[in-house]
Amino acid sequence: MALLNFLKPKNQLEEGGRTAAPVQQDAGEPEKKCPNCHKDIPISRLAANNLVCSCGYHFRMKARQRLHMIADKGTFCELYADMKSGNPLDFSGYSEKLESVRKISDEEEAVICGIAKIGKQKCCIFVMESTFMMGSMGSVVGEKITLLFEYATEHHLPVVGFTVSGGARMQEGLLSLMQMAKTSAAVKRHSDAGLLYIAMLTDPTTGGVTASFAMEADIILAEPSATIGFAGARVIEQTTKKALPKGFQTSEFVMEHGFIDGIYHRNNQKKLLTILLRMHNGGKGNESSTL
Amino acid sequence: MNQVPYDRVKIARDSSRPTGVDYIKNIFKGFIELHGDRRFSDDPAIVGGLAVLNGIPATVIAIEKGHTAKERAARNFGAPGPEGYRKALRLMKQAEKFGRPIICFVDTSGANCGIGAEERGQGQAIAENLMEMTTLCVPIISILIGEGGSGGALALAVADRVWMLQNAVYSVISPEGCASILWKDSAKAETAAASLKLTAEDAKSFGVIEKIISENDIGTVDFYDRIRALLLEEIAELSVDPDLINKRYDRFRRIGVDAIKHQAEVL
Ligand SMILES: [Zn+2]
Repeated sequence: MALLNFLKPKNQLEEGGRTAAPVQQDAGEPEKKCPNCHKDIPISRLAANNLVCSCGYHFRMKARQRLHMIADKGTFCELYADMKSGNPLDFSGYSEKLESVRKISDEEEAVICGIAKIGKQKCCIFVMESTFMMGSMGSVVGEKITLLFEYATEHHLPVVGFTVSGGARMQEGLLSLMQMAKTSAAVKRHSDAGLLYIAMLTDPTTGGVTASFAMEADIILAEPSATIGFAGARVIEQTTKKALPKGFQTSEFVMEHGFIDGIYHRNNQKKLLTILLRMHNGGKGNESSTL
Repeated sequence: MNQVPYDRVKIARDSSRPTGVDYIKNIFKGFIELHGDRRFSDDPAIVGGLAVLNGIPATVIAIEKGHTAKERAARNFGAPGPEGYRKALRLMKQAEKFGRPIICFVDTSGANCGIGAEERGQGQAIAENLMEMTTLCVPIISILIGEGGSGGALALAVADRVWMLQNAVYSVISPEGCASILWKDSAKAETAAASLKLTAEDAKSFGVIEKIISENDIGTVDFYDRIRALLLEEIAELSVDPDLINKRYDRFRRIGVDAIKHQAEVL
């Protein structure tokens, strides 16, 4: 099964480590502690391996970095970049919060949308940004996702989406809640048009995003050990007063219970997406496809 | 009496208010309950089935909280699990097949928050309802009769018309949950309730609901007669609308658009 060889986790860092001479470490180079294996990893080595530790731990990745990793070089064209959240409920502290997270995240909102090529195949793509209020969905996120699916439906394009979200954004109240229905309606139209939607769930994907477009894809994939669930683990623990099972609400747990199609190491995602798009005739649905 | 939004939350949660089954029994005739999701079990927090509305067969679905402590425990406190949402969707698809209107009564503090609910895909169950309800080709009317708690309420409210009782609340998160996340203090629920804009008037101003139903005569024959008349009038109109699905799409499509600024305007 040569085609499927790549599906075995391939870890560039591990391979490099085994064959190459011990890396001379520059004393001044910044390091990051891996929360899984507790080793200090030089940032440059992490960056060279798509922010995956040699133990397999996937660090969170910024949306732009992900786009760089997934989209063919120079093909990404951003859409709806000019949209900013207002403060529709005059929610105390929200405007200031938005200002500060814009600086922290270097983004205008919690999702980036656009058109790109993956393995030479054109698609619509969205990537959520964890450093922007933990990828929470307010009116702008809902509108951008909806517009993207509408664009994809109109232009007969597949959608590839990377989710990371704490759920609906409290500070926009009911307007945030309604984005769940709005995005779902757009996904349904896209699906009814016979077009492909692939979702890659990354750490964490929870709440209103899990309960809408994250779980509505034709093919739902996840990164290893991501938190995936609806209700928050702490809330469940407090409500039920029971100890949570080991590995509760991880990618592996959600796959064991039948809710995702597969778990893929970050280094393999582009190849997988390329093949999946190709097997669906570039995601365009019904016309006969040849591989 | 000067009411603050949190007073509405307390009224909405009052166990002496009519519950879902009270509405079904008093508005409809000949209710026949249909049980089970055909996949795992029968969720006691959601009651659904067939009933007659002035001669028109309809599919009715209600989240049921129960009145007494015993009833409430047996109903899981009106917190539906994935089985409840899957049962509701099964009945809604059945309604579509036989051309019946769908009427939902929504009253939940939120979807079930538990280990089993997560294991059986609470998020996926809600997502599927949201997606499927957008294209069901029969009229859907949802009435929020008490608490409209987040995705667990929305999963029965992707409708052509959404109405709220005067003292019902509709919110993305409970005021207590919001206060504990934002201010690490659930005692600030009153402040959170005001900030979240969760009253029926707020929901109407956002275009999230069409109608507010007065509660002055709540629980009386007149009250239920009034709701029946409203339903009949609306169903008559929706049943002959050839553009039902597109209008339902647009109904949700426009929500939140006004909350967005475009860079050029900001500068
Ligand atoms: Zn590690």
